[in-house]
Amino acid sequence: MNGLTRRALLAKGSLVVAFASSGPTQAQESEESTSLPGDLDKYPFLDSWIRVDAADRITVFTGKVELGQGLRTALIQIAADELCVSPASIELITADTGRTPDEGVTAGSHSMQNSGMAILNAAANLRVLLTETAAWRLVTSVDQIELQDGSAYGPNGQHVGYGDLVAGFSLHVMAKPDVPRRSKGRRLIGESVPRVDIPAKVSGHAAYVQDIRAPGLLHARVVRGPSFGTQLKQADIDAVTHMPGIEQVVRNGRFIAILAAKEWDAVKASRRLQAAGWERRAAPLPSTDLCDTIRRSPARDIPIFDYPGPPAPADARIVKARYSRPCLMHGSIGPSCAVALWENGNMIVWTHSQGVSPLRKALAELLRLPLEKVRCIHVEGSGCYGHNGADDVAADAALAARAVPGRPVRLQWMREQEHGWEPLGSAMVVELQGALGRNGRIVGWRHDVWSNPHNGRPISAGGLLAGAELDPPFAPQRPRPIPMPEGGGDRNGNPIYAMPNARGVYHFVEQAPVRVSALRSLGAHMNVFAIESFMDEMAQAAGVDPVDFRLIHLQDSRGRAVVETAANRFGWKRRVNGRSGRGCGFGFARYKNLGAYCAIAMEIAVDPDTGGVEVRRAVAAVDSGEAVSPDGIRNQIEGAIVQSLSWTLLESVRFDTGGRTSFDWSAYPILRFPTAPTSIDVHLIDRPGEPFLGVGEAGQGPAAAALANAIADAIGHRLRDMPLTPERIRAALRS
Amino acid sequence: MISLTVNGTEHSVDADPDTPLLYVLRGDLGLDGAKFGCGLGQCGACTVLVDDRPAFSCLTPIAALDGRKIRTIEGLGTPDRPGALPAAFEAEQAAQCGYCIAGMIMRAQALLERNVRPTEAELRRHLAPNLCRCGTHMRILRAVRRAAAAMGGEVQESAR
Repeated sequence: MNGLTRRALLAKGSLVVAFASSGPTQAQESEESTSLPGDLDKYPFLDSWIRVDAADRITVFTGKVELGQGLRTALIQIAADELCVSPASIELITADTGRTPDEGVTAGSHSMQNSGMAILNAAANLRVLLTETAAWRLVTSVDQIELQDGSAYGPNGQHVGYGDLVAGFSLHVMAKPDVPRRSKGRRLIGESVPRVDIPAKVSGHAAYVQDIRAPGLLHARVVRGPSFGTQLKQADIDAVTHMPGIEQVVRNGRFIAILAAKEWDAVKASRRLQAAGWERRAAPLPSTDLCDTIRRSPARDIPIFDYPGPPAPADARIVKARYSRPCLMHGSIGPSCAVALWENGNMIVWTHSQGVSPLRKALAELLRLPLEKVRCIHVEGSGCYGHNGADDVAADAALAARAVPGRPVRLQWMREQEHGWEPLGSAMVVELQGALGRNGRIVGWRHDVWSNPHNGRPISAGGLLAGAELDPPFAPQRPRPIPMPEGGGDRNGNPIYAMPNARGVYHFVEQAPVRVSALRSLGAHMNVFAIESFMDEMAQAAGVDPVDFRLIHLQDSRGRAVVETAANRFGWKRRVNGRSGRGCGFGFARYKNLGAYCAIAMEIAVDPDTGGVEVRRAVAAVDSGEAVSPDGIRNQIEGAIVQSLSWTLLESVRFDTGGRTSFDWSAYPILRFPTAPTSIDVHLIDRPGEPFLGVGEAGQGPAAAALANAIADAIGHRLRDMPLTPERIRAALRS
Repeated sequence: MISLTVNGTEHSVDADPDTPLLYVLRGDLGLDGAKFGCGLGQCGACTVLVDDRPAFSCLTPIAALDGRKIRTIEGLGTPDRPGALPAAFEAEQAAQCGYCIAGMIMRAQALLERNVRPTEAELRRHLAPNLCRCGTHMRILRAVRRAAAAMGGEVQESAR
């Protein structure tokens, strides 16, 4: 039973609705306390992760999703490597609440740690079972068995296929801990295997949820006010019901969706309804400067860290600085989209949500259905970079589909809806105070960070936009802080550097004046920007080279190797002199102080007339444990640097007291090709045998800090408020 | 009925004349390559070629396209036999989410057909209308340089 895959839907052009009755055993918690690697600990049965059919075909299951980060390829590589087969012989099924383990949300750079390590160890367990069974079948010893391309070979060339072998034992067995990995033969791990998703993406073939089509499919658009806190005034539904091509207008409380056979007809009708005008129902924003608002708001104080040590001596030199970041957008290039089908009392939603399981739960509540009647299947969408409109549009599509049983409904937001409604990355303020001893060492440190929540992902109907629009509405979901060591607004607020007498406090401002949630790297972008800017300010006060100053305070040996590699490869000691319109900067962090290490050195030039920044080169060093796909890691780090340059140089969501006013790319400019760096080089420090560490969010903080430090080096003035725009650079040059 | 010539094939399309080309390509002709990004001509995800020049298909009504030559990424080859640009993008692994890539390739195609020896600055200016949010810019530039070489040309170094 294949259930309903996008491939089947696209290939056959027909919809087959069936729930996996023989799906992997789910939600079985390990009863033993022995810890298994990654999410294997939550789903210890091998058949939750890997199956082999009679024709030797191997299917691997993951609860994580492809977001363009290359996860699909990396997981296939891991399984193929351990099972001694080619990547092409493995089919990978990604998050589908009907088929795969529930691995929560694909976020926080956890996929390689949690799913990668689980699949690696499940595959190692299977390899041992295959080897033992083959030895018995071929009447030889296990050390005489070689696995290759789906068959086990004995010493005299006699062989038996994996499918044949698996028929002789059960895969519904608990994984054993401490099963050794394969120790001989050619390795796929560590090779840059070409990404399996790229051929379709570079040839225009169906690759996204936006591309799903099926017989009888209806296109839908949702109609609402322009941004969070607003709603439509009385809409003239009758006028659009009779527009050409309109099949139905779905209304439920304030939720309105328009369905049409032709997409353009739905777009035209939605524009007509939208023309009715809107009003703001929420209170006006207290200020259009959200950093100021957050800094002054009542907050819950949460300790981040407390490193013991004697108080700073009276002659210590005190350095203070305040840094800020405005609200940022995820800014997916493709507006969010979902396809939903309501049939025989079951709701299936094809979604690019990062968390199909929590979404399923929220949808079941929204639709007042038992959980087992809702299935969410992940299909790639446009890159999301965190909690964008994906979950909300899935709810919109499901509500629309419920009005037309048996007909799939594809609902995509318009550009102004994605810009207007997506949850933003919170504005943030960091205040730092450091004490410098006479020996040039840090003898005191205080980190205060103010932020709205970074965790508004839906776990209930109230976490979905439509939840507030239905009659009766669902109560809004209450955001909670994410505890350390992962952290939310305080993520990476704990410096990696060894320093005594240091503490940090997260001032968690629960009441957000605008809609906020998880944006890639959460608070790490801001905290690393602030800490690494401040390390340069401290180094300057101490009269020490910034890289040397970091190394003086860095004891973590892997961290030191990353810093030294980036500095050496960049040629830090031979860098151009600052204050000449050119400058160099350095930034370093270990993501969450649990994940990948990343150091970045950057050389820039500032145009004194325009204030424009040209990034001449960026050199990064990365340690993400054992490197599975070196090119995949480079792709992620290059992307992190460019994306962070865009955030840090250019981006700021605009507001008036009525709400957001950035509704398109002209009001929310992001980096374009002429501003891209001249070159980026990424150097990997491979750590064979060490656990895999995700790299999707490792580079954003260090890149932001390296840029700020390079600008300070180039112009002799420090900019502490993002974005570091040409206007601010010109103002600094005039001062 | 409106007649459209797409990738060398003539199609009769039953759609309102005000329909943007993008919706006809995707909805009526089953061509998925061009993507809806903004509907405003600000991001380039929908880029196709009209008479060999890049055009925002999200803004171009089909009424304006009678007798004109439309090309989409589907006309540049197949996964098995890709054209120079798709092959170069694959060789450079120049995609993350990939949503912008079809538009990038079509805009680059227009440049390289006109001038297979652009300077780096010309290349970057030419691609400026197209947005990539994943930050794949360095790889996209490498892919276009590789394609230029495969087409017998070269992207020339230049001061930025």
